[in-house]
Amino acid sequence: MSEMTAEGGHGAVPLSGVPVQPEPTVSRRDWPLYEVFVRGKRGLNHVHVGSLHAPDAEMAVHAARDLYTRRNEGVSIWVVRSADVTASSPDEKDPMFAPSGDKVYRHPTFYDIPDDVPHI
Amino acid sequence: MSIASPPVPAPAADPGTTPDIEALQRHFDDTIAAEHRIEPRDWMPDGYRRTLVRQIAQHAHSEIIGMQPEGDWLLSAPSLRRKAILLAKVQDEAGHGLYLYSAAETLGADRADLTDKLIEGRQKYSSIFNYPTLSYADVGVIGWLVDGAAICNQVPLCRSSYGPYARAMIRICKEESFHQRQGYELLLTMMRGTDEQRAMVQDAVDRWWWPSLMMFGPPDAESPNTAQSMAWGIKRHTNDELRQRYVDMTVPQAEFLGVTLPDPELSLDPETGRHRFGAIDWSELKRVISGEGAMNRLRLARRRAARDDNAWVTEAATAYAEKHAAEKRA
Repeated sequence: MSEMTAEGGHGAVPLSGVPVQPEPTVSRRDWPLYEVFVRGKRGLNHVHVGSLHAPDAEMAVHAARDLYTRRNEGVSIWVVRSADVTASSPDEKDPMFAPSGDKVYRHPTFYDIPDDVPHI
Repeated sequence: MSIASPPVPAPAADPGTTPDIEALQRHFDDTIAAEHRIEPRDWMPDGYRRTLVRQIAQHAHSEIIGMQPEGDWLLSAPSLRRKAILLAKVQDEAGHGLYLYSAAETLGADRADLTDKLIEGRQKYSSIFNYPTLSYADVGVIGWLVDGAAICNQVPLCRSSYGPYARAMIRICKEESFHQRQGYELLLTMMRGTDEQRAMVQDAVDRWWWPSLMMFGPPDAESPNTAQSMAWGIKRHTNDELRQRYVDMTVPQAEFLGVTLPDPELSLDPETGRHRFGAIDWSELKRVISGEGAMNRLRLARRRAARDDNAWVTEAATAYAEKHAAEKRA
């Protein structure tokens, strides 16, 4: 009997002897991955909520409605193929963001204004 | 680069030099120590990734298999109201499974491959779903006790160090609250009914109480991996802490309901304000999880049938997509 724990959700599951590496797969896994974005209500941005597999973009929208808006969570859905997303490096210390790091004068708090100046 | 693709080590300063693993590890450790989240494309130690894939996959499997015990009652619900509620609940379990498979895929896992591993019995699901649901009272007791225990386990996971898992758990926990409340309300209704209905509730409580305590896993002394998972921020409390919290929460609910929890040793410790309870029969958990529960074979057989018998739906959708893509090109 392998060791068990209740580390995730609905209860005790084994810890050892559980394979976790993906293995070569067959054709039905060809459906591409789509990232799903939902606008919660008018006036808000679309926000990333997760991803799903679908045979095309139209069916991805329908699946996203069933999966991510069962309780009125949205008024509009975008889907984008994950492969089409171009992203910066994840590291926030990346030189990519360094140019904005030392420009404190771009923030309103940089400026000392006497307390008795109204409305500023 | 896809935002959901498996993470890659950050590039080294000069092409041709190897990444500085120590620096990457330090950055990872600092991120965890600062209670910041690890995101999919961050570098992470292999053990962290493997542990998360195993944990998230087995959690996802539990949600998907968890549709079955209650799904068995969909066609026998006592009223349209109860049927609509139960349908919504079972659909939520499917949704929870999909949120979690989606999180596992950000770690480089493949959902169809994880499903195969479940069906082949190489990855597991929670032992709680290997018990049968014998009456409609079981639907209420599963909502109250099983989902109540799941909530105790899951709320701390909303603070998991792995971002996609934590975000999936936040959605799941919001929905679990409906699950627990509909179950308790169902039981309240039955307890206001006939003697026979009250007996059904008590019988269901007698059968589900001990398995629900086992959901928290073995005692801390027999959980040597807990320390590593807690250091990584992917487990937040020990099994015994969560189990104690669950008992303390549930006892007053049982009193209000008017049922007896089947443990003669259950009593309030006046000094600590916490409940003492009897010894758990761990041999039962071991038996059930290794395949000797009443329902193990049936659960997996049905999951296999769902994959194989419904393959034509997947194939039809693929054919439809190809046809429409061809029409657009024309």
